[in-house]
Amino acid sequence: MSGDMTYILAGWGVTLATLGVFALSLAVRGRRLSRMVPAERRRWTS
Amino acid sequence: MTTPHTAASTPPPTDPHAPDPPTTGVAAPAHTGSSATRTLGLVTLAAMALLVFLAFVASPRDQVQGDLVRLLYIHPALAWTAYLACGVATTASIWHLVKKTPGSDVLAHSAVEVGAVLTALTLATGSIWGRPTWGVYWVWDARLTSTALLFLLLLGYLALHRIDAAPEVRSRRAAVVGVLLVPNVVLVHQSVEWWRTLHQDPTLARRDFDFATSDLFMFTLVYSVVVMSLVFTWLLIHRFRVGWLALQAEELWLDTAIEARRAEGAGTTEPAETTRTEPPRSEGGLP
Repeated sequence: MSGDMTYILAGWGVTLATLGVFALSLAVRGRRLSRMVPAERRRWTS
Repeated sequence: MTTPHTAASTPPPTDPHAPDPPTTGVAAPAHTGSSATRTLGLVTLAAMALLVFLAFVASPRDQVQGDLVRLLYIHPALAWTAYLACGVATTASIWHLVKKTPGSDVLAHSAVEVGAVLTALTLATGSIWGRPTWGVYWVWDARLTSTALLFLLLLGYLALHRIDAAPEVRSRRAAVVGVLLVPNVVLVHQSVEWWRTLHQDPTLARRDFDFATSDLFMFTLVYSVVVMSLVFTWLLIHRFRVGWLALQAEELWLDTAIEARRAEGAGTTEPAETTRTEPPRSEGGLP
């Protein structure tokens, strides 16, 4: 493994971790809001 | 970034623990997923796994950049999807200024939020690549500076969408900023052509680029753009649904508050608690 691998893994790690956390936050926000809204107002479920 | 925190801290219009009302005999899931987005998510995960394999295992070291070329399998793709997000945001913002539909505002707001994340990652991965290549994490190069300005513009949109004003006012003001995103993207993209910069010229947009004779490096580079576009699509759909749900929750709260106020005025019931609380703030604004 070359010395550059630290930078490579940091770049990929930051990207995948950030996207994963953002996707997870969307899922959590969606679940919380879904409980407040009747099913007929959630168009993608009808 | 724009989580409807007020919605969580105030009484919801309906019991959050109550089961969903029956619709057409099929129980509606309490989340933003659907069969289509689940399929898209699985395809995206598989495509991302293949990209990681191509980037770290299959693709050889570059003769000039060595292993650092593996960072280029993610950085340009992030920049491309950030451009894509700005394109969606500007289109939806123009649509909102013309038609004033709630969906266009939710779409623009969603694209901006996803675009801000992608632009931040573009800057981060570019800086990480620049340290071993240029010797510095940051330089006031035209491409880097214009990208930073684009990021600030995206943050400005999100800030405008959170100002304490009527929903239609904050949506309209944010849409004006949204219109400016694509011109800024053009500035970012053309900065390497218009000014002498440290950042290299566009690779995939070169006119003499021949996909037929491209090697594994070029294939992985193009494939990374496809994968990140899938990621962007999944994120945008779910962010749009979150915004739509917030809008519905706000409207439901408003209906409940109006009914309570009418009942209070008629003197039939005691004042409802919801009239003294803040509404669940919409992520997209009222129409």
